[in-house]
Amino acid sequence: MLPFFSEKFGNPASLYQVGREANMALDSARNTIAGLLKINSGKIVFTGSATESNNLALKGVALANKEKGNHLIVSAIEHDCVLSSAAWLEQQGFKVTYLPVDKFGLVNSEDLVKALTKETILVSIMHANNEIGTIEPIKEIGALCRRRGVFFHTDAAQTFGKIPIDIAGMNIDMLTASSHKIYGPKGAALLYLSDSVKIEPIIHGGGQEFGLRSSTVNVPAIVGFAKAAEISFQKMVNEGKRLTLLRNKLINGVLNRIPGSYLNGHPKKRLPNNVNFRFDFVEGESIVLRLDALGVAASTGSACSSPKLTPSHVLVALGLNHGQAHGSLRLTLGRWSTKEKVDYLLKVLPGVIEDLREISPFKS
Amino acid sequence: MYSQKVIEHFRNPKNRGRIKNPDGVGKVGNIICGDVMWLYIKVAKNENGEEIIGEIKFETFGCAAAIATSSMVTELAKNKTLKQALSINRQDVVNSLDNLPPVKIHCSVLAADALAEAIYQYWSKKKKPIPKKLLLRHQRVEKEKELIEKKYSGWFEKRAT
Repeated sequence: MLPFFSEKFGNPASLYQVGREANMALDSARNTIAGLLKINSGKIVFTGSATESNNLALKGVALANKEKGNHLIVSAIEHDCVLSSAAWLEQQGFKVTYLPVDKFGLVNSEDLVKALTKETILVSIMHANNEIGTIEPIKEIGALCRRRGVFFHTDAAQTFGKIPIDIAGMNIDMLTASSHKIYGPKGAALLYLSDSVKIEPIIHGGGQEFGLRSSTVNVPAIVGFAKAAEISFQKMVNEGKRLTLLRNKLINGVLNRIPGSYLNGHPKKRLPNNVNFRFDFVEGESIVLRLDALGVAASTGSACSSPKLTPSHVLVALGLNHGQAHGSLRLTLGRWSTKEKVDYLLKVLPGVIEDLREISPFKS
Repeated sequence: MYSQKVIEHFRNPKNRGRIKNPDGVGKVGNIICGDVMWLYIKVAKNENGEEIIGEIKFETFGCAAAIATSSMVTELAKNKTLKQALSINRQDVVNSLDNLPPVKIHCSVLAADALAEAIYQYWSKKKKPIPKKLLLRHQRVEKEKELIEKKYSGWFEKRAT
C-alpha cells in the first residue's frame, strides 16, 4: 500500500507509466477480492465507504428500476446509512417496508414473503448486525428474492473477512464490504454487483469504476483493502474459532458475575467478535467512560450517547424499553484480543457496574 | 468532549449516596434522555440562625454529565442558606464544571431542578410560604416526573422511599 502514496503516485485513469502502474494495482486489488469472494462474473465497484456502497445500492437500484416497481424492503435494524437512504427514497415517492425483528434481532422470512409485492424491486437485509452481532438468515432470504425475481442486497460490512460468504449459494445480487472493519485503511469499501443488476450511478463525472462511481480512485486505500482482505480470509477459520471461544467466555463470565445483566442479540447466531450486554439500573455512557478510564474501549446504544438523545433503533426494534436500552454496552473483540484481556475485563466490569448502581436511585 | 472537571466529578463524585430521614428530597427526571436524579437535603442552622443546607447527597441514573452535574450542584449548595441555594441555576453548574457539551446542557437543568425541588419539599413539609416561581417550577418537575415514572414503571415500584 505505502508505495502508492509516494513513488507510485499515479492516477489510474492516466496514460503515462505511473498511471498505468496504479491502474494495474487497482486491477490486481479487484482480482484479489473477486478471488476471495469466488466470483467470476459481475463486478466489484470500489467506493469510499460502506455508507457510500449502501447509498449506491439502494438509490442506484431504485432509480434504475422505476418502470419495474417502486417498493423496497429493508429490516428495521439496518445501519443508519441504509435506513436514511430508504427514508430519502420515500421522500422521492418510493414505498419502503421496514421488516420487524424478533427479540434476538432475527428477520423472519415469513414476514418477508408477506411484504413482497409485484412492485418490489429490492430487498436489503444486512448479513450481520453491527450493534448486537445477530447473523441474519440471508441464504433463505436470498433464495426467496431469487424466486420472486427481486434484487437482493446485503450489507456485509460486519461479516466480510470474518465469517464465510457464499455469493452464488446465498443468491446475493449485491454486497457491501468495507476495508477498515478488517484492519485495512479507512476510506475504501466496495459494492459487488451481479451481471443482472440494473443500477444507476449516484455520483456523476469522469466515469471511473464502470461509470458507477465517478471520482479519482483512492488507489493506496484500495491496495491496502485488498491486502487486509487477503489476510482476513486466510485467518478467517482459526480467528473465527478463537474469537468465538473468547466471546463465549466473556458472555458467560459477565452473565454469571453480574446480577441484572442480560445478553442483547442471539446467543448462537452471532458474530464471533461481538458482545452486547445490558445492565439494569445503570446508564451505558457512564459504563463506557468508567471502562475507558480502566483502559477498555467500548460503546453503547444509550440515548445519552446519541446526538439525538434517542436510544439505538436496533435495541428498540428488539422490543427493549428505554430503561433497558439505557444500560447497554457493546464490546467488540478483534485480532489483538487475548484471553488475558477478557480476564481483565471480567475482573473490572463487575466493580464498575456495582459502583454505578450504588450511585443510581434504582436498586434491585 | 467533556472537560477535565466533568471527568473528575464523574469518576469521583462528591456527596454520593442517600441521607436517612432527609428534610427534603428532590426527585426529578429528564423526559428527553431519560436520566433520573434524586437529591437529599438535611437542613441545619448557621451562626446567624439562618437555615442552611447542612448535609446534601444524591443518587443519579444517567450519563457522565448527569453524574458530574449532580456532584457539582451538591458541592455548590452545601452550607449555603436555602435562599442562596435556590438561586443556583444551570449556568452556575455549567460554569463550575468548565462547560458542558451543548447536547448535555439539559443535565445541568436536571441538577438545578433537583436542588430546587428538594427545597420545595422541605418548605412544603414545614408549611412555609412557597415563592410563586418555585411553585411553578415544582409543577413542571412533577409533570416530567410522572412521564419518567411511566417509562421506568417496574423500577420505581421496587424502590419506594
